[in-house]
Amino acid sequence: MHAPDPHTDPMLPVIARITRRTRELSDVVTFEMEVEGWPGFEPGQFNMLAVFGVGEIPISISGPVSDSSKIIHTIRDVGPVSRALAALEPGAVLGLRGPYGAPWPVKAARGRDVVVVAGGLGLAPVRPILYELMENRDAYGKITLLYGARSPSEILFREELGAWRSRLDMGVEVTVDRAPEDWHGHVGVVTALLRAADFAPANTTAFVCGPEIMIRFAANGLTDLGVAATDIHLSMERNMQCGIGLCGHCQLGPYFLCKDGPVFDWATMKPLMRIKEL
Amino acid sequence: MIDAQGLDALIAALASDGREVFGPVRREGAVVYEEISSSDDLPKGWADEQSGGHYRLRQEGDAFFGATLGPQGWKRLLHPPKQVLWRTEGAGEETKIIPEPLDTTRRAFIGARACDLAAIAAQDKVLTEGPYRDPQYAARRANLFIVAVNCTRSAETCFCTSMNTGPKATKGYDIALTELEGGRFLAEAASEAGAAQLAALPSRPATADDEGAAAAGIDRARDQQRRIDTDGLPALLKDRPDHPRWSEVAQRCLNCANCTMVCPTCFCTTVDEVTSLEGPETERVNRWASCFTVDFSHVHGGAVRPGAKSRYRQWMTHKLATWVDQFGEMGCVGCGRCISWCPVGIDITEEAAAIRKGGG
Repeated sequence: MHAPDPHTDPMLPVIARITRRTRELSDVVTFEMEVEGWPGFEPGQFNMLAVFGVGEIPISISGPVSDSSKIIHTIRDVGPVSRALAALEPGAVLGLRGPYGAPWPVKAARGRDVVVVAGGLGLAPVRPILYELMENRDAYGKITLLYGARSPSEILFREELGAWRSRLDMGVEVTVDRAPEDWHGHVGVVTALLRAADFAPANTTAFVCGPEIMIRFAANGLTDLGVAATDIHLSMERNMQCGIGLCGHCQLGPYFLCKDGPVFDWATMKPLMRIKEL
Repeated sequence: MIDAQGLDALIAALASDGREVFGPVRREGAVVYEEISSSDDLPKGWADEQSGGHYRLRQEGDAFFGATLGPQGWKRLLHPPKQVLWRTEGAGEETKIIPEPLDTTRRAFIGARACDLAAIAAQDKVLTEGPYRDPQYAARRANLFIVAVNCTRSAETCFCTSMNTGPKATKGYDIALTELEGGRFLAEAASEAGAAQLAALPSRPATADDEGAAAAGIDRARDQQRRIDTDGLPALLKDRPDHPRWSEVAQRCLNCANCTMVCPTCFCTTVDEVTSLEGPETERVNRWASCFTVDFSHVHGGAVRPGAKSRYRQWMTHKLATWVDQFGEMGCVGCGRCISWCPVGIDITEEAAAIRKGGG
């Protein structure tokens, strides 16, 4: 096992071994992997994960930046490769390239209020942000996490959400689109929670991750409250075959999402996201 | 000045230098780039006739390089349609990743046109000058010797003058030839390797008349071209994503992807996983992809560009606008292949002009 040398062959993966697997939801698992010589990552970066004989897809890293002894990914089985990935058991090996992509500028938000808005599986790519915020709690102002899931049974990282919610130094609100009668929490879109959240818009950095429609509503909601478009950061998703700017699939206007993103600010994305089917 | 014997001597010298020598060859009614061993393999006495959706060869004159561009650029040889990336052996925990050996074949291209040199330079930028590079492409490029041919006639579909890429080769070659009447060539070296090869060929110094004839030929090619107005075009295309012309062209476009296959700068690829029927071995293969296919933009939940309008707009806007943001120049070199090889004759110069006209 060796770390890939991007200057010789960036498409060549290293072998990663799954050491632990946790079922999060009926269609979502989190696994931990070990890779010798792993260089670590920044929040918001992704790896290209390959199941041999099936294919390779980009998956964001959902673990803490501070522990580079293991690599943590949270995967929903929505396609052939993610289904094969989600089925891998501890001991299984897979191919790994990365980490790639522009990170969330979390440390640049030190001294400011932070609002994290996540929808669905979008909580996984922002979890490294939350770990950083909590590990360096004193470095940040008010912290708010707003999370939306389709239904109570689809709430990701439920236990962790509970632990974060019980802290007295951050605001955590969870909402669902549809609720059975035994749900006593918020019902509705996550952006509806913005108005009640406690932050000083002019001194706030926001991180938004989820379906594109949610990103648009959240970013517009934050802008309406007075958060600058350049202080709203979001993570975009497109088809990626290489992750390194060579395959062309992930283009969005002038950007290659894999190397110029996937994290962009709203000032950059707003004019592009307005164009249908860009 | 060299003649046909000089050209043969050059081909022989490049071959004896351990190179595979490629040049234009007439095959099944088209000029393609294949291995050649002498000037006898060249399409001497043939010229091309091209227009929207139309390509024919006809016998005309006695020039070696009278036929301009065929369907295939040199891309096929440098950034091939299919490239094995790596293989695996063994199964489960015993899986081993086997890198694909680098293609270190030394090649020589004879007859590369100025537009195609610009296309190679464009692919160099994409595939070797970013944060990550394609090592196979880089290896092939490092081992390449290029003999350019300056165009002395243009096809009706050519617009290299508008794109500032031709018809005279100005960079990216070792030797440039300008063919004059009677099978004579004005030969100019632009690299040490080119100068060394040229010095060993039977030649005579060029006269002022030779140089005048070469310049006149290039001027003639320049005058025979169609035009595209590139002034302010990138901003204009990006500002008009809802121009009605995009819907109109989508009515004609078959989404066949021909334009992307013949385009010498189109670089997109898709990775396929190929499994063995006999054992656990697998192969990862990179193959040309096209933004005209629906699955090109597929993410879970569906394609980002399901409509033909958005796919044509993506292709043309990338070529003429966003490529500038990405790589500092347009991704179109004016070769006109996309015009000739479009089954319905869609013409990028006409589409750009229509969008410039406004209405969106």
